[in-house]
Amino acid sequence: MYETTYHRPASVDEAAALFAKGSDSKYLAGGHTLLPVMKQRLASPSDVIDLGKIKDLVGIEPSGAGIVIKAATTHYDVANSDAVKKAIPALAHLASLIGDPQVRYRGTIGGSIANNDPAADYPAAVLALGATIKTNKRSIAADEFFKGLFTTALADGEIITAVSFPVQAKAGYSKFPNPASRFALTGVFVAKTPAGDVRVAATGASQNGVMRVPAIEAALKANWSAGALDNVTVSTDGLLSDIHGSSAYRANLIKVMAQRAVTAAG
Amino acid sequence: MGVEGIGASVVRKEDRRFVTGRGRYVDDIKIVGLTHAHFVRSPHAHAKIKSIDIAAAKGMPGVVGVLTGQEIVDDKVGNLICGWAITSKDGTGMKMGAWPAMAPEIVRFAGQAVAVVIAETKNQARDAAEAVVVDYEELPVASDIRAAIKPGAPQLHPEAPGNVIYDWTIGEEAATDAAFKAAANVVSLDITNNRLVPNAMEPRAAIAEYNDAEEHFTLYTTSQNPHVARLVLSAFYNIAQEHKLRVVAPDVGGGFGSKIFIYPEEMVALWASKKVRRPVKWTGDRSEAFLTDAHGRDHLTKAEMAFDKDNKVTALRVKTYANLGAYMSLFSSSVPTYLYATLLSGQYNIPNIFAEVISVYTNTTPVDAYRGAGRPEASFVVERLMETAARQLKVDPAELRRKNFITTFPHQTPVIMAYDVGDFGASLDSAMKAIDYAGFPARKAKAKTEGKLRGIGISCYIEACGIAPSKAVGSLGAGVGLWESAEVRVNPVGTIEILTGSHSHGQGHETTFAQLVAGRLGIPISQVSIVHGDTDKVQFGMGTYGSRSAAVGMSAIFKAMEKVEAKAKKIAAHQLEASEADIVIENGEFKVTGTDKSIALPMVALAAYTAHNLPDGMEPGLKEGAFYDPTNFTFPAGAYICEIEVDSGTGKTSFVNFVAADDFGTLINPMIVEGQVHGGLAQGIGQALLEGAVYDSSGQLVTASFMDYTMPRADDLPSFKLSHTTTLCPGNPLGVKGCGEAGAIGASAAVINAITDAIGNNKLEMPASPDRVWHAIHG
Repeated sequence: MYETTYHRPASVDEAAALFAKGSDSKYLAGGHTLLPVMKQRLASPSDVIDLGKIKDLVGIEPSGAGIVIKAATTHYDVANSDAVKKAIPALAHLASLIGDPQVRYRGTIGGSIANNDPAADYPAAVLALGATIKTNKRSIAADEFFKGLFTTALADGEIITAVSFPVQAKAGYSKFPNPASRFALTGVFVAKTPAGDVRVAATGASQNGVMRVPAIEAALKANWSAGALDNVTVSTDGLLSDIHGSSAYRANLIKVMAQRAVTAAG
Repeated sequence: MGVEGIGASVVRKEDRRFVTGRGRYVDDIKIVGLTHAHFVRSPHAHAKIKSIDIAAAKGMPGVVGVLTGQEIVDDKVGNLICGWAITSKDGTGMKMGAWPAMAPEIVRFAGQAVAVVIAETKNQARDAAEAVVVDYEELPVASDIRAAIKPGAPQLHPEAPGNVIYDWTIGEEAATDAAFKAAANVVSLDITNNRLVPNAMEPRAAIAEYNDAEEHFTLYTTSQNPHVARLVLSAFYNIAQEHKLRVVAPDVGGGFGSKIFIYPEEMVALWASKKVRRPVKWTGDRSEAFLTDAHGRDHLTKAEMAFDKDNKVTALRVKTYANLGAYMSLFSSSVPTYLYATLLSGQYNIPNIFAEVISVYTNTTPVDAYRGAGRPEASFVVERLMETAARQLKVDPAELRRKNFITTFPHQTPVIMAYDVGDFGASLDSAMKAIDYAGFPARKAKAKTEGKLRGIGISCYIEACGIAPSKAVGSLGAGVGLWESAEVRVNPVGTIEILTGSHSHGQGHETTFAQLVAGRLGIPISQVSIVHGDTDKVQFGMGTYGSRSAAVGMSAIFKAMEKVEAKAKKIAAHQLEASEADIVIENGEFKVTGTDKSIALPMVALAAYTAHNLPDGMEPGLKEGAFYDPTNFTFPAGAYICEIEVDSGTGKTSFVNFVAADDFGTLINPMIVEGQVHGGLAQGIGQALLEGAVYDSSGQLVTASFMDYTMPRADDLPSFKLSHTTTLCPGNPLGVKGCGEAGAIGASAAVINAITDAIGNNKLEMPASPDRVWHAIHG
């Protein structure tokens, strides 16, 4: 690791001000992406600004017909939150599948979606549930937030403060982990809105990061059942192909995981 | 006291320090004035070094020295050696290319060292290594066997035309061909034995200290065989004379074979410590371990088995290409030849065997012995063929095996090995009973109704351990003898130190070796200490690998104990005024049989050292040494059966059950044996389902971290059901055979046989990842 300057601001405003001051600043949340690349000397930020100790960024709050998870809330806290389990059990389930206990105790929802790793779990839930990402500057709809591999709508220095999830009529998540890294080789989150619309998001499968799956959405809108997908074919266009899975295998996993997510959603 | 002798599951003595974090590994050793080494490594798999500019690096803060490959050549440090000469079928010797410890001119695998920076701190060394500017001219790459042997392939070493190191055969070709011509049925398979990365928990490390006044070196290193390291470093590398080099292998966190070999890094550390006149330390990180620890396996094989009309095997024909990587590591040549093809008879009576092995250079990390070393590859060939044959011949796979088992011993195979003893039917019976083999069809049918594909797979393995009779291996090209030595020191107060040339890096010798001594004398194991891993303390030794420490290492202790006991009995008889023949040893006492007269061990020891009242002519002291050279290999064998279920939607394999019935001869400590089997099975299952080193066509290791290389984890594995059937090894005084590698040798074929049974497609390569299994099901 190269030398850097570590900051521990007490507020979001202070964090943003520190970020602006540094020549090449980086925010630190759970640290699972930034710290390894710094240790490998692949990143050398001038300033590391730790968001994890900002009290306003931690917590889970019911909000109207939904639930707000503040950005620095850990996966462990989401997985074990009674409020989340009650409102959106599929979201608590998803959080319980991320990494291992060590990862879940440190990793945060804000860090995960800001990084937008193509195999991260949270982006699938954010996109399928139609969540809203709140930042220190604005609110961004999920459909506008994820812009491709490790890319988001966040401006330089913008800080995610919370994610607001609406409660849908049905929601389910099914994940097939990469055997080595245990990231999602493919994970699918399905949601049915109270109005009867269906939103399906797949992570781990696409070259462009998390994606909606229109073919599956259409089939499930017509018939919300696992069996409704038996004859659906998911295109391999734009899907990842690597030593862990061909694009054909991932296309199959999107369907199979969607079926299992529907079954789990009830 | 007998409760701590042979056969007792005594809790491991060494675990107190290991589980409380007080082990002492190389990286823990503190030396005044220590400097730190960081290697500059090639990012290319094959390239010419046009120039190296070290000027900037030399001026960096804290830098003590920057040394290049050219300097190590200029200083006449020897090239790395290969310790086993293999002769090709045309009578020529193996075609070995030069391997300097750091590349002066050509790099042949990604990660090969070209220079080293020595600095006051680890970070300073790393900073300065980044300032070394190497100008490479990239050369075409042969990243696997197929690429290396095709016409016009890039040539790695001028010494080895076509990248072929040797083309070696064993067995009778004409007789085997004739048996195939006469066969009623022939079964054939193309087999890839996947390349593995050992990944011991502790990465390799070395600290070298040079004492100018004494012209003496000390090397602390992560070695399975410190005496062999000293021998090779002094005899071949021109760095230090043997009596001026102390090699210490302290606590070592796992080896699996990868720490047998002498690597460039410890050579460079030794050489550099004299150049910079400071102690030099190098501790590899995980990335370096992936790139530079010798890998394992990596074979491409075509295998055929011939049967007569009664389904008796009449012949086996095998052609194997073995990838040895970019350079020949210390024992690399022997692994795909004498440790592989000599086991191709498996547990079966096969009258004709012919095998050809062609070893080739590729632009990849060197390949050498890894847990099992050749025997897993052989066992996989034989057991995959047997299973395939049973399916093709439409007979029960257990019955086909049983029909062909060797049942009389000793049995001379057509490929050198003479099996001394075994009962293969008993192991198979035990395993079949444990898994309820008879009930499988009903379970499979039930699983089918639940939409699951269920399969069962058998693997009946045999291996050759207790490596090895020195004369035999010498006649086959080995450069060393493979005996072991021991010294038993009874201290004047009656406590005992055992000095052994074996080395424990996870095996539990401090407990098992003490059990042998404690059991013979009837004393607690707390009275016995094991001394190992230091060439200044231990007389000599060949180290630990090839499941040899019990069969060979403990046999040496046994011999030394016999000498000590004989002298102690003489002293006791003299003290007790009894006949030596009447003295028996019980519960730490020397007793006169049929009387109540006795003298305790400490009093005998004290008498030996005070020497006030010894028999006439007897030398004082109570200390004896012995060298033990085995008369044959030992042949652990067993039957593994696994039952699995495949999720046809995802291709994921789950274990329903895994049973192992092993014959290891005498068990010294059944708990430790169980642990060894568990670990071996994890690695065998890892090879079958999870692990595989993958290079891309440019020679970059794609699986260079745990993000992509799937190490087996606890939740990947079932709870194993173990059992033991026992035939005592007649070749050593303890009747032991060795248990360290069995799991890794036998497990992978059982798993692949089970999956291919479940999915009804026999074409499936390892690792049988969900992706591969899904494609095998769905095309």
